[in-house]
Amino acid sequence: MHMKKQVLVAAIVFLLLGAAAYGAFFVAPTERTMGPIQRIFYLHVASAWTGLCAFFICFIANVLYVFRRQPQWDWLSISAAEVGLVFTTVVLVSGPIWAHPVWGIWWTWDARLTSTFILWLLYACFLLLRTLVEEPDRRALFSALFGIFAFLDVPLVFGSIRWWRTQHPQPVVMGGSGSGLDPTMWKVLFFSWFAMLALMALLMRARYLMEAARGELEMVRHEAEAV
Amino acid sequence: MSLLSSTTVLLGKELRTEFRSRELLTTTVVFILMVIVLFSFTFDPTYSESRRFGPGLLWLAFLFAASLMLQPCFLREQNNDTLSALRLSVSDPFAIFLAKLVANTLFLLFTEVLMLPVFAILYNVPVLPVLGQLLLVFFLGSLGVSIAGTALSAISAQARMRELLLPLLLLPLLTPVLVASTQVTVGLLDVSPFMEWKGLGFLVTFDVVFLTVLWLFGEYLLEE
Repeated sequence: MHMKKQVLVAAIVFLLLGAAAYGAFFVAPTERTMGPIQRIFYLHVASAWTGLCAFFICFIANVLYVFRRQPQWDWLSISAAEVGLVFTTVVLVSGPIWAHPVWGIWWTWDARLTSTFILWLLYACFLLLRTLVEEPDRRALFSALFGIFAFLDVPLVFGSIRWWRTQHPQPVVMGGSGSGLDPTMWKVLFFSWFAMLALMALLMRARYLMEAARGELEMVRHEAEAV
Repeated sequence: MSLLSSTTVLLGKELRTEFRSRELLTTTVVFILMVIVLFSFTFDPTYSESRRFGPGLLWLAFLFAASLMLQPCFLREQNNDTLSALRLSVSDPFAIFLAKLVANTLFLLFTEVLMLPVFAILYNVPVLPVLGQLLLVFFLGSLGVSIAGTALSAISAQARMRELLLPLLLLPLLTPVLVASTQVTVGLLDVSPFMEWKGLGFLVTFDVVFLTVLWLFGEYLLEE
């Protein structure tokens, strides 16, 4: 029964993703200057927002772990960090695919590109740190503290680079006057984001259950060794 | 004991330990010197090129040196089994961090000041007219590096592969410091020098934010 429910939920999430892809390819109007390549926007921006959501969840879990010391928050933080890293990887790969035909270059050291890259690096280091501390409580505490430092660093990274070099298109979402999206584009974008959030929740839940099982196994092994 | 007096006592201990052996200072100075020399091969260090690339390479050298220099900060306590004694000796664990980060800032600043004339001579950059402003940037930058580095060295001291781990954790975190201090230094070493106050304000912001986080969460880093 439990297994069936999981398969059903996964099927719904993949249907949502399929619908989002359909929306991006067939429902959203073609952008006037960029043409069809602009359709990657729905994957790129939706993944970026979802990745940020995952890192925010990770940050909250980090803070809660430091104050409450319940292993659940540690499990949540590693699931969120891993899933967030996957979405950020999608952003970093889909960005250059769009940038090459539009800007004529694969990469530029602009504020948003660079800070996304640094964000990716910081959370890669977060996961790396976890592999290098043996003792579970200490691993959880140290990674939580590093996670707090890393998350608070991101706005500073963004601010510093934004002030001194920038090329990314002006924010179309909540940007200044003259920027903006066609209403249909908005709808498709929000739908894609919703589908991505559903995928994030699905992946995070699976990862969380796996980490919980691993945590319990570690505890049992510890007790067995003590006996 | 108040925070101030315990910090002073601990700072005295940090300085005494270092000035007895002078290990950290000498190795760091040689390291920076080596990086400065090696960097000269990566571009043609003419008068104008040095002004453009010099500040960046100088700060990179400082950052790399710091990520090595901050290594023993907590490792030394760990190896000598003195961390628990240190914790018991003060009521506020923040004093331990404060003393260590002030000591680290002083060590970094000392090596930077020592290396500045060498850099100026080798790369033909006049630094004397803007010496005061340069020292201010050096101070704010080194303070930021030390705050983040002291906190993270408490983490890396208790992990495997710690020699590699500290630079790995520290360097991406220090991106804002590198960007801001390099920009300010570029302005100061310009043909017509100017002070980029925005960058200086940014460094102050970084220092305040990370000092606050350390103050709030520092005690958890020292848990046994």
